[in-house]
Amino acid sequence: MTAIESTDVVVVGSGFGGAITAYHLAAGGARVVVLERGPWLTGQDFDQDFKFGASSTRAFDFTIGDGMSVLAGNCVGGGSVVYFAAMPRAPRFVFERHGSIGRRMWPAAISRDTLEPWYDRVAEALPVTRQDWPDVPYAGGLWAAACHHAGRTANPVPVAIDNERCVNCNWMMSGCRFDAKRSLLLNYLPAAIAHGARIRPLHEVQRLERTDAGGYRLHYTVVDDVDYRVEVGGGAIDAKIVVLAAGAGATPVILQRSADTLGPMPAAVGRYFSGNGERLNTAVVDEDRVREVLGLSRSDGVPYEAYQIGKGPCVATWDRLDGSLPEYLRYSLEQLYFPPGFGTILAQVPDATGPTWFGAEKKELLRHWKSWLTIFTMSEDDNEGVFGPPPPTGNAVRVSQQMLGRGALRYRPTENTLRGWAASDAEVRDILERDGLARVMPWTNDVVGAYTVHPLASCRIGDDPATSALDDRHELRSHPGIFVTDGSAVPGALTVNPAMTIAALAERAVPAIVEAARQRGVAVRYGAPAPDGATAGRDAVLPLVGGRAAR
Amino acid sequence: MTFEAFADTILPGEKRFPGDVTVAGAAIGGGAVASGAVAVLRTDEGGMAPALDNLAEALNGHAGGYAAERGLSLDPAVPPFVALSFPDRTELVARLTAPTHPERDIWVSVAMFSTIAFDAAAHLHTVDALAAGHPGMTTMGFKPPQADGLWRFPEFSYGRQLAHPHPDTTPSGSPA
Repeated sequence: MTAIESTDVVVVGSGFGGAITAYHLAAGGARVVVLERGPWLTGQDFDQDFKFGASSTRAFDFTIGDGMSVLAGNCVGGGSVVYFAAMPRAPRFVFERHGSIGRRMWPAAISRDTLEPWYDRVAEALPVTRQDWPDVPYAGGLWAAACHHAGRTANPVPVAIDNERCVNCNWMMSGCRFDAKRSLLLNYLPAAIAHGARIRPLHEVQRLERTDAGGYRLHYTVVDDVDYRVEVGGGAIDAKIVVLAAGAGATPVILQRSADTLGPMPAAVGRYFSGNGERLNTAVVDEDRVREVLGLSRSDGVPYEAYQIGKGPCVATWDRLDGSLPEYLRYSLEQLYFPPGFGTILAQVPDATGPTWFGAEKKELLRHWKSWLTIFTMSEDDNEGVFGPPPPTGNAVRVSQQMLGRGALRYRPTENTLRGWAASDAEVRDILERDGLARVMPWTNDVVGAYTVHPLASCRIGDDPATSALDDRHELRSHPGIFVTDGSAVPGALTVNPAMTIAALAERAVPAIVEAARQRGVAVRYGAPAPDGATAGRDAVLPLVGGRAAR
Repeated sequence: MTFEAFADTILPGEKRFPGDVTVAGAAIGGGAVASGAVAVLRTDEGGMAPALDNLAEALNGHAGGYAAERGLSLDPAVPPFVALSFPDRTELVARLTAPTHPERDIWVSVAMFSTIAFDAAAHLHTVDALAAGHPGMTTMGFKPPQADGLWRFPEFSYGRQLAHPHPDTTPSGSPA
């Protein structure tokens, strides 16, 4: 029999929830192993290439569900490698939301005020900076000018981008080969490794079981680095503490599959999934009207034609992030670049006489691709998503060697969600069709369902055991020593890009994980500085953790 | 032939030569077929290749049923789907990809691969595709890279304030 390896802490996944907890636990003295199901890509691995097998297919998962498709990271660094680095904090009203349960869904211990010091830790670590208008590419500028013309405000979005390094190539969804995007590969993960954490790519955790010693045994398969459908090995590892951070599309699936060996899961595991109320509209702008109405022109005299140029979402309008508005009618509208390869199929033809998403008219729409402007709605959905029985391995039945799979998520938007989407669609149209600036149509939900790049809430924190899988310390109910720190822990939609909040919650969860590890005999303490050694964020939170974990 | 006709229904192109029967000629310029849709479907990476023969048979079965329903007589010299007119191909693809169709996942996948051939040339390195004048990406106006094969855009911004920020914005730039 092969000896079972053992360690203090196993972290499943290396995105925000995994990298942050791995760093703090390793820096505090714990033995930490990170199991990541995707490949480990850095620097020159990040291709500017749409060819199958380039970094954009290696580092992504596109999981088609029933009524909802999820685009997620699948690599060391997780979502941080493929995201657009927009890092706003969630507005205050979000934490007071009632959502589908009819009363406050967030734990009483968490509000915007109580989360602020944890946001600060993340902002110091990456770092996150406020952009200035000259940093904003043409597409963001166009959106801002259109908002202003329509009597709205618009903000440059805070980002984790080093603007000195950024070349505005717009390939950041394939990973940033210029290291301008401050992914976790540049901060928390190298710091975790420096403190002894071991990161194992292509290790896909399938299920957990309890050990006689009161810890957990994680069973994993090792997948081929080209064809993720192929298993090339496998094994098990024992840990006293498990941190699940595989993402909101995978963490609940691992737990569902573990129910046979771990015992019953809390009812909320695999329920209350939120797509962050996301929706996309494609505008095809009229170049002449951009010049005439908005007075915009590039140095070469072209008004816009710049869809390909830039760095993801840079400008959002937050006029509807107004806590006095009714729930479900609050949303942000953010300019976004969505690259080819999955980025065009769902765009619909305005005023089509035939099919809206394919056919001759769609081809004409693509002829004007340079003049597209994509507007991204993040609204308050109703946590409608439910995961069905887990597939045999992973979180989806993988169709392609990489990237494309079929998952068990079922999502039927409620009237509340549909009302919010309709309101946001109407607002985008009001802003962009005003004075003939553009023609606008939302992406269709009829092809692969609704679509999210920010899956949330499938294993959420809360005070009520009936509607939350985790307590407010992120520990899985009835399964002490298992913590969940990724987007699945976020209770509901955030109305803005969620990475900053996922990261802040992971930072906030660490002291309790340290405490639990100490109770299991692990010599670990809390109190590491930011990965680069900065201490202001750490010093601000130490008084909040009561000194227990910091002993 | 069958998948060329399907891909041409998704993003149509002009006929490649006189007597081209799979490409219906419903649009100007190269479409999904000229962009390499069948090559994309046949890639090992895509995972569709082993199923293509069966899928072609199934698609032609649907086409035969569609023709019978409409009382259409099809040219027996070509597969039934190819024998359909462009409007009929379009109608059938709309049915097969409709939210209620039991095989929609399959046909949406074929449509997706057809689209990816046009907008991303997924069977080729992007630099090579553009250098060779790839029909889809050229139609879209996808800009070529710099001499070293990488994209950079030194000019990228209007460079000035274009809207007033929301009054409830924190000093760090977030919603208050």
